[in-house]
Amino acid sequence: MRNMSVKLAGVELKNPVMTASGTFGSSGEYGEFYDLGLLGAVVTKGVANVPWPGNPTPRIAETKSGMLNAIGLQNPGVEVFIERDLPLLRKYDTKIIVNVCGKTAEDYCEVVERLSDQPVDLLEINVSCPNVKEGGIAFGQRPEALEAITREVKRHAKQPVIMKLSPNVTDIAEMARAAEAGGADALSLINTLTGMKIDIHRRTFAIANKTGGLSGPAVKPVAVRMVYQAAKAVSLPVIGMGGICTGEDAVEFLLAGASAVSVGTANFADPFAARNVARGIEEYMEKYGVEDVSELIGAVR
Amino acid sequence: MKYQERAVVTEQRRIADGIYSLWLRAERIAEEARPGQFLSVYCKDESRLLPRPISICEIDRAGGRLRLVYRVAGAGTAEFSHCREGDVLETVGPLGNGFPLDRGYGRVLLMGGGIGVPPMVELAKQLPGEKLVVSGYRGGELFLKEELERNAKLYVATEDGSAGTRGNVLDAVRENGLSADAIFACGPAPMLRALKAYAAENGMDCYLSLEERMACGIGACLACVCASKDVDEHTNVKNKRICKDGPVFAAEEIEL
Repeated sequence: MRNMSVKLAGVELKNPVMTASGTFGSSGEYGEFYDLGLLGAVVTKGVANVPWPGNPTPRIAETKSGMLNAIGLQNPGVEVFIERDLPLLRKYDTKIIVNVCGKTAEDYCEVVERLSDQPVDLLEINVSCPNVKEGGIAFGQRPEALEAITREVKRHAKQPVIMKLSPNVTDIAEMARAAEAGGADALSLINTLTGMKIDIHRRTFAIANKTGGLSGPAVKPVAVRMVYQAAKAVSLPVIGMGGICTGEDAVEFLLAGASAVSVGTANFADPFAARNVARGIEEYMEKYGVEDVSELIGAVR
Repeated sequence: MKYQERAVVTEQRRIADGIYSLWLRAERIAEEARPGQFLSVYCKDESRLLPRPISICEIDRAGGRLRLVYRVAGAGTAEFSHCREGDVLETVGPLGNGFPLDRGYGRVLLMGGGIGVPPMVELAKQLPGEKLVVSGYRGGELFLKEELERNAKLYVATEDGSAGTRGNVLDAVRENGLSADAIFACGPAPMLRALKAYAAENGMDCYLSLEERMACGIGACLACVCASKDVDEHTNVKNKRICKDGPVFAAEEIEL
């Protein structure tokens, strides 16, 4: 029996595959297709202290091997999340990671505190959404701001804290070190790359927000490079994501130094994508006689 | 229940300029599909990641088949238009809520505009009561005319006046003095906006099928929302998910 389990900030995942925030809903929508207990963890859509209405439509546009989105972190607020969505997710034998968003440091801390006595395994702090005007990325593009918000959140958090990093920075290693200095328990990257698409027939922006976050296979080489650089810069576990569609894609991130991986945009191209990625990693291990998935983590230096 | 199904193309035909009719064998989806629901159809070209949401035109439950009538709007739908009998398309469905069939209306106006015409075919088949269909077309290619006439009295409006009433679907309603208890409609936003106002003025119930760019198609990603009059139970803000809570909404619950 091959060992697929990994440990992330003291939490054991049955396999290293989780979902990327925002692509998988918060109330088990994909559970209509397969048992979410086949995943290492489910990462929720961003949850704020109060309901957020999100951006005007159109909110998405397809691009070659990718897509742009500017949903604007629409969410029903932490109270509805706790009362309605969390119990739906808890039905599955998987770990729950709640993605937390906010406009101010106080917003983040309020949500983190509200979740402190809830059956949530880990927190992922979204300081990297490119699609909201306040908060979000404002905390994620300067190392001093990132270190400060990390420290602040850590003071209020009961669960281990994953800081989700933006790729829209000059030096990802410096950002990774800042989060580590602030006391983060793990890092996840990459969030989306800021992009733009123009509809030349209508001579308008393809999405109402003008800019959106680019995701999908188009960003994968950038993501692998950044995961490699971040993992080398810190001693924290890193969750790698960006364009993962197959088990082979996931193995690439593990070899680059990720301890776990997230499947995001691929869920839209195939609702079974995350489950298939987990199977694909196992197939790779069988093919190459890898007994423990941990052997793959950071194996390419 | 939603299914991922490898649908086999049993027939494909071009029925008007840029408009194609595609029959698919997808037994589990056909078993559960209702008028007004849609399918996510996935491209073979992997550089096109997102499924194309396409409304169901006809359901052949006994034969396990579905008919999709769609317009070639870009590279994805162009790819579908090249499919031949025996080709396989990945699909997920049936998606969305569909039109309500149990309201007990005596007479209903089914109004389709452009590529909003196709869902009216199955709706006319399944909806009880007297059905008047008003179809709006750009020009004289009156696609799905015969199919609609099988189950309803058909009125036509064309923008260029080449057939039926010159103008839009409401012009045809006025010219023919049509009245009904309710309107069921699918079409471009300006048409739906006008129908919502018309129904309100005339004290008619009104159900509208909306369109928006989608990613997941199953209510997870919140890309395809529309503004709602009240705070929605699921989103907890004033918008609703077109793919999951719609695509059909009672006109009074949404802002157009």
